[in-house]
Amino acid sequence: MSDATRRDRLVRVLKTVTTQPLPTDDEESLFESGLLDSFALPDLVSALEQEFSIKVPDRDLNPRKFDSIARIDKYLEDRAS
Amino acid sequence: MRAFLHGFGMHLPERVVTNREMAARVERSAEWIEGASGIQERRWAAAETSVADLAVAAGRDCLERSGVEASSLGLIMVASGSAPPGFPGPAAEVAARLGLESTPAIDIPMASAGGLFGMAMAAQMAANCGDVLVIGAEKMSAVIETGPLDPNTAMLFGDGAGAALVSAQPGRWEILNAVLHSDGQYREALKFDWSTPLRMDGLSVILQASRKLPFAINEVLARQKVAAGDVTVFLLHQANQNLLVRVAKTLGVPAERVFSNVARYGNTSSASMLIAAAEWADTNPAAGPVVFSAFGAGFHWGALLARSS
Repeated sequence: MSDATRRDRLVRVLKTVTTQPLPTDDEESLFESGLLDSFALPDLVSALEQEFSIKVPDRDLNPRKFDSIARIDKYLEDRAS
Repeated sequence: MRAFLHGFGMHLPERVVTNREMAARVERSAEWIEGASGIQERRWAAAETSVADLAVAAGRDCLERSGVEASSLGLIMVASGSAPPGFPGPAAEVAARLGLESTPAIDIPMASAGGLFGMAMAAQMAANCGDVLVIGAEKMSAVIETGPLDPNTAMLFGDGAGAALVSAQPGRWEILNAVLHSDGQYREALKFDWSTPLRMDGLSVILQASRKLPFAINEVLARQKVAAGDVTVFLLHQANQNLLVRVAKTLGVPAERVFSNVARYGNTSSASMLIAAAEWADTNPAAGPVVFSAFGAGFHWGALLARSS
């Protein structure tokens, strides 16, 4: 999967768990911007598992891994490698 | 070795602390508090009321509802994450105030999941010890008053106590199975030690709880080959209404199947699941499987399956 394809799919997933516009900067915190809260985060993780056919193990359930588009993309890249 | 639940009990302080009162102290609106948690009000005990006072009241209520004399108890367990530090813990005082002079009394210093862990351990021990009175008692108002009120946590908690009577003698519900888990790598995510204010990483707690609760429930159901859809009621730790709804959704059951009183009492930590059980049992519930489940600081979590006898 190309980096662009993975990011596009990630953005599509994010849009399913929030109604707010996504940040233009991939490094911007999704939590501090108010885009994700504590109850949207579990939805995001579940949606990522479904979209990318992965199982996020409990040891990876660290909010910091999902704090920005860049971090989520990096996590998905690591999982694919 | 079979074990049975004979009854439940509860005690809540009289003083009602509304969201409006709380909002004035934490710079949040009453509506924001309800939207974030589903909580409308909670009970706070008077300054002179102790965890042991709450525990004794719930224990007596449970014994009365179960038709059991304190003198017949073989063991007492008192779970609390908010009992004052030091020793002895509240269990010894509870036993003494119930008139017991040599019955073993054990403290479980565990917030939130303590009531569930007590019930599961009692089910294993009842055949050897005799009737076990399991109590969860919390004075969370004392915890949140340690230092300035944190707007994100202070509005969640209430005081109260719940209790269950577990016995090897046949009773109203048979305990079929239980699963317990702990993962100390998250011990800093939810922490309180009386020297600093309660620390809660809400993102981490909710993320872990929303995954681990359904997993533990499905684990105990699978052991007994019971489908989630066939469960009469889910009696969960009353942490947050949004979390209860999420667990129901993950399990694929209607939200109404998850008993909730969090709107009236807030999060009473280790007492909450037992208080929920006491209120549910008062409703002359339908027969069928019953699931208990809790998650809390540690992290500790698990689930217990029972069925009407």
